[in-house]
Amino acid sequence: MPEHESHVFDVVVIGAGGAGLRAAIEASAAGARTAIVCKSLLGKAHTVMAEGGVAAALGNVWPEDNWMVHFRDTMRGGKMLNNWRMAQLHAQEAPDRVLELEEWGAVFDRTPDGRILQRDFGGHRYARLAHVGDRTGLELLRTCQQRAVSLGIEVFMECKILHLLKDSSGAVSGAVGFWRESGKPVVFGAKSVVLASGGVGKTWKFTSNSWEGTGDGHALALWAGADMIDMECVQFHPTGMVWPPSARGILVTEGVRGDGGVLRNRDGERFMFNYIPEFYAKETADSIEEADQWYDNKKDFRRPPELLPRDEVARSINSEVKGGRGSPHGGVFLDIASRRTPEYIKRRLPSMYHQFKELADVDITKEPMEIGPTCHYIMGGIRVDADTAATTVPGLYAAGEVAGGMHGANRLGGNSLSDLLVFGRRAGQYAAEHALGMPGDVLVDSGQVQEVMQEALAPFGRETGENPYAVHHELQETMQSLVGIIRTESELLEAKDKLADLDERAAAVGVEGHRQFNPGWHLALDLQSMLAVAHCTTLSAIERKESRGGHTRDDYPASDPELGKVNMVTRLAGTTVTVTPEPLPVMPDELKTLFEEGH
Amino acid sequence: MATSADQTGPEAASTATADVASGASGTPTVTLRLWRGDDTGGSFNDYTVDNLGGEVVLDVVHRVQAEQAPDLAVRWNCKAGKCGSCSAEVNGRPRLMCMTRMSTLDTTQPITVSPLRANPVIRDLVTDVSYNFAVARRIPAFHPGPRDADGTYRMAQVDADRVQEFRKCIECFLCQNVCHVVRDHEENKPHFAGPRFFARLAELEMHPLDTLDRRDLASRELGIGYCNITKCCTEVCPEGIHITDNAIIPMKERVVDARYDPIAWLGRKILRRPAPTPASSTASLSPAGKAHETISTQPRTPAGG
Amino acid sequence: MTVVEQTQGAPRPTPVRIGGARGGPPLSTVLRKDNWRLQPTLTALGLLGFIGYSVWAALRNGDFYAGNVGRDYLSPLYSPCLTHSCTTAGYVWGGWSWWRVSPAWLILAFPGAFRTTCYYYRKAYYRSFWLSPPGCAVPDAGSTGTGRRSRYTGETRFPLLLQNLHRYTWYFAVVFAGILTWDAIASFRFTNGVGVAVGTLLFVVNAIFIWAYTLGCHACRHLCGGNLKRMSEAPVRHWFWKNISSQLNAHHQLFAWCSLFSIIATDLYTYLVASGAIHDPRLF
Repeated sequence: MPEHESHVFDVVVIGAGGAGLRAAIEASAAGARTAIVCKSLLGKAHTVMAEGGVAAALGNVWPEDNWMVHFRDTMRGGKMLNNWRMAQLHAQEAPDRVLELEEWGAVFDRTPDGRILQRDFGGHRYARLAHVGDRTGLELLRTCQQRAVSLGIEVFMECKILHLLKDSSGAVSGAVGFWRESGKPVVFGAKSVVLASGGVGKTWKFTSNSWEGTGDGHALALWAGADMIDMECVQFHPTGMVWPPSARGILVTEGVRGDGGVLRNRDGERFMFNYIPEFYAKETADSIEEADQWYDNKKDFRRPPELLPRDEVARSINSEVKGGRGSPHGGVFLDIASRRTPEYIKRRLPSMYHQFKELADVDITKEPMEIGPTCHYIMGGIRVDADTAATTVPGLYAAGEVAGGMHGANRLGGNSLSDLLVFGRRAGQYAAEHALGMPGDVLVDSGQVQEVMQEALAPFGRETGENPYAVHHELQETMQSLVGIIRTESELLEAKDKLADLDERAAAVGVEGHRQFNPGWHLALDLQSMLAVAHCTTLSAIERKESRGGHTRDDYPASDPELGKVNMVTRLAGTTVTVTPEPLPVMPDELKTLFEEGH
Repeated sequence: MATSADQTGPEAASTATADVASGASGTPTVTLRLWRGDDTGGSFNDYTVDNLGGEVVLDVVHRVQAEQAPDLAVRWNCKAGKCGSCSAEVNGRPRLMCMTRMSTLDTTQPITVSPLRANPVIRDLVTDVSYNFAVARRIPAFHPGPRDADGTYRMAQVDADRVQEFRKCIECFLCQNVCHVVRDHEENKPHFAGPRFFARLAELEMHPLDTLDRRDLASRELGIGYCNITKCCTEVCPEGIHITDNAIIPMKERVVDARYDPIAWLGRKILRRPAPTPASSTASLSPAGKAHETISTQPRTPAGG
Repeated sequence: MTVVEQTQGAPRPTPVRIGGARGGPPLSTVLRKDNWRLQPTLTALGLLGFIGYSVWAALRNGDFYAGNVGRDYLSPLYSPCLTHSCTTAGYVWGGWSWWRVSPAWLILAFPGAFRTTCYYYRKAYYRSFWLSPPGCAVPDAGSTGTGRRSRYTGETRFPLLLQNLHRYTWYFAVVFAGILTWDAIASFRFTNGVGVAVGTLLFVVNAIFIWAYTLGCHACRHLCGGNLKRMSEAPVRHWFWKNISSQLNAHHQLFAWCSLFSIIATDLYTYLVASGAIHDPRLF
């Protein structure tokens, strides 16, 4: 094998989203020789899709707001499954991180007195989200990108990392990957590696995530021996567009239902009336006549069942689809067109109307939307130390969506962007500290490199192998229908078997063409990461026999206080993934009081 | 290789009902004329797939990829018009493929999709956009004055408005592709920054907190004088940024202030306005003390092979 | 502490690879399927039409003032009228007896310079006359490969460097807009008092379009507030900037053409009235 291209750095950051850039900025500022490696071009990361804002208790709009309130909101939102220390650091440091962005050129929307404007968001007690219209993620990413460029940080674009390298002591010593452009291998020697690779959405059929969300970082960490926690906690939005393809994955706000939109199955039936749980029966209308009067007279009539809590709505949609009464593309219909005048819809839901019109030529005033549960975010991830973002493997750090613990069982809107900044910085800081404290050179075992590349190139040799797109499609179908928004034991076990089968099929895929920018080949490699994630999620989901936050079990609809005290830890034992419940870190008493005083 | 069409197309099974549900119009099939090739040459190849309705060009490209050409190279990320990755030329017009609906195109004719033609090609629809990243390195970063006494910065929304227009930029580089200064005269690339970066310069110049003066740089090193304001950048911008009217022309006027207007110069002298610090692209703005030129952004040409 | 160095010596180029193979068919192949030739053709016809008309109108050197038929109409192509032929036409001023050719040349020079350096007209003639480029994603006339003119320097060299003096021509244009306003006011004056005729309306509309075009100028927009970093601290200038931007500058192209047509219409009407070809109906 010819000699491969290699680079040596103190810190290598994998991923160029908000967390990766923030980590690299910090590491570089600390004096470490830093590189960023990313699968796409710089500035294209999924962070740009975040619309709402950055949650930070700046107190610009509500002076009453402070880190303790934010901490409490976050913990409650996460159903207390969060790592308390992460939630605390996050709430305490987010304001400084936001102000720092401003020093690097971010231009947030302003209050009348010229400070950063903050907006309300679900689950946050006070208006707390610093924002720029509906493109806050872009602002954050661009600001960090420009900062990283001005610091002269090296960026290796369109380079996929295949495997982490470890030295004889078990510490991370670098990573091996390849240029997507040429297919040629590239080796990074590094004293510290920061994983900031984002989410896993592409494992599901309906997702708001971009193609990059294949769980590469999760898989790299797993293969390197790191622990993952709470991989069953995946956030699904019950109403994401499933059709037409151009709009697929776009989330439809609950506002559509609040303003008169109703859910129908393929027969046109308003099926939500069949699913009113006992618990909500008293406050929910049981006839169409009553429900329709509520919109104009909220005092004398009960709420329509379409406005039941999110998991109830999700459960009902799930039942209709599984019962064969769904829409042609695996969802149900959300109909506001036949119920409200076009003028009313345009006035009440202007951005929804324009978004669908422009993107998909769907006129929501004329036709019903086809919606279904859509994968959005994974709360679980690599287990990290709260203060240092260190994983359980020496020299390996993780921040952002790829790291677990911060959001517990469910994430509040706006907390992901602040998570990126707070823990991105910490990961960079401690990765640099670790690297700068290590004397000597980095040694890379070229035997490991050859092995990894050989395995990666194997699909080219299998001319009769299966099409990777077909295997990916099958994986997405499996996860969507069996490990989706509503789960049950039998389906999860079925998924487990199917995944074992898919493992074999993925290992036998073949690709056409040559190594130069070959998406079929890239998908064949990404499949390995997605399968690793799928295993972790499925096993953890089987083990967590309760409903909590983003994890909803049809067979265990209630929360179990005992399971609320444990993380589901998945790790690799040999070649198989195992799951073990392990106790959560215990919150100190002075923080516990925040939840007791009736705040 | 087993490219079984019956299971590869995610939507294949539901095609029949799709047309009814989404009201697909036009022809039953659609032909994409995709440019396939690399830096040694290439040609247009036709791919005919079902017309499902409700799709954008990128959806159809993906189906071609999944069903007929798994090695078709194309860049894309968000598929929602927010990341600016899937830039290409659809029927000869620079567009984001994810924002070009099939229903707006004439499907009775083959639809040509070619790579951005101002950049060197890598493969198929993927081009080398490193020029843009190299220019980005040359723009001196935002450089604010000191914070207010309470540790924050104050900025009025009316001042933020102008800057925010440019910060909408998703860096799809369609403007850099359509600009004839480099599209038709590649030799200008070393001394011409392009519309995207004039917008970046304007953003920094208009930023109420910034303290550097980038006008001289814009004129002497980044070639704003090459722009002959024919507005194609504005025409192709998917974000609707008024690049010419709100960024380039105001920058040209600022350059006039700095270089060509003796009255403005005299006015500054008489009123004793302090001149902002002139910035240069050699500015070392790194607290770590690194100079820009020692770092290369774009490891496009692998060193070792 | 931040260090900022001064620019020294020759400009530094951006390190970039030149000469790589491009994708797609040769750049000279236009893949656009729409009728991209239409717009530059119409623009060229419009501009040539105006130039042709104004040359004819200037060479006419007569029938530019309708004082002979009791109307105080002075053609906008001859205003301000200061030269020999103005006196002979019966206009009140016209002291420059040494200027023997048409006074229109004098007038055309200044507004002509304003329009020639105008950012909109630059786009119009660069596209339609220079073909640089004739349309977006269409190769320009000097495109490398077509061989006719391979170097492109834009507005970096003489004479196009002079485009940077646009704002000086604007100062003159404001004076001319003032004069045309005076002419519009004068057009209300009849031998027997104040009134309104069809010509009056034309003069008023012309003055309005001239102002809309002149104040919507990008240089004006810059000078009145666009050059500020913090407009919030200068509310009056911000008000001007905001309104000029949204009301006038946003429609600069529209007003550029409207004012062009209104000039022609006003001149032609004055000529027809002064030459006795038509009668100017008085409205009240």
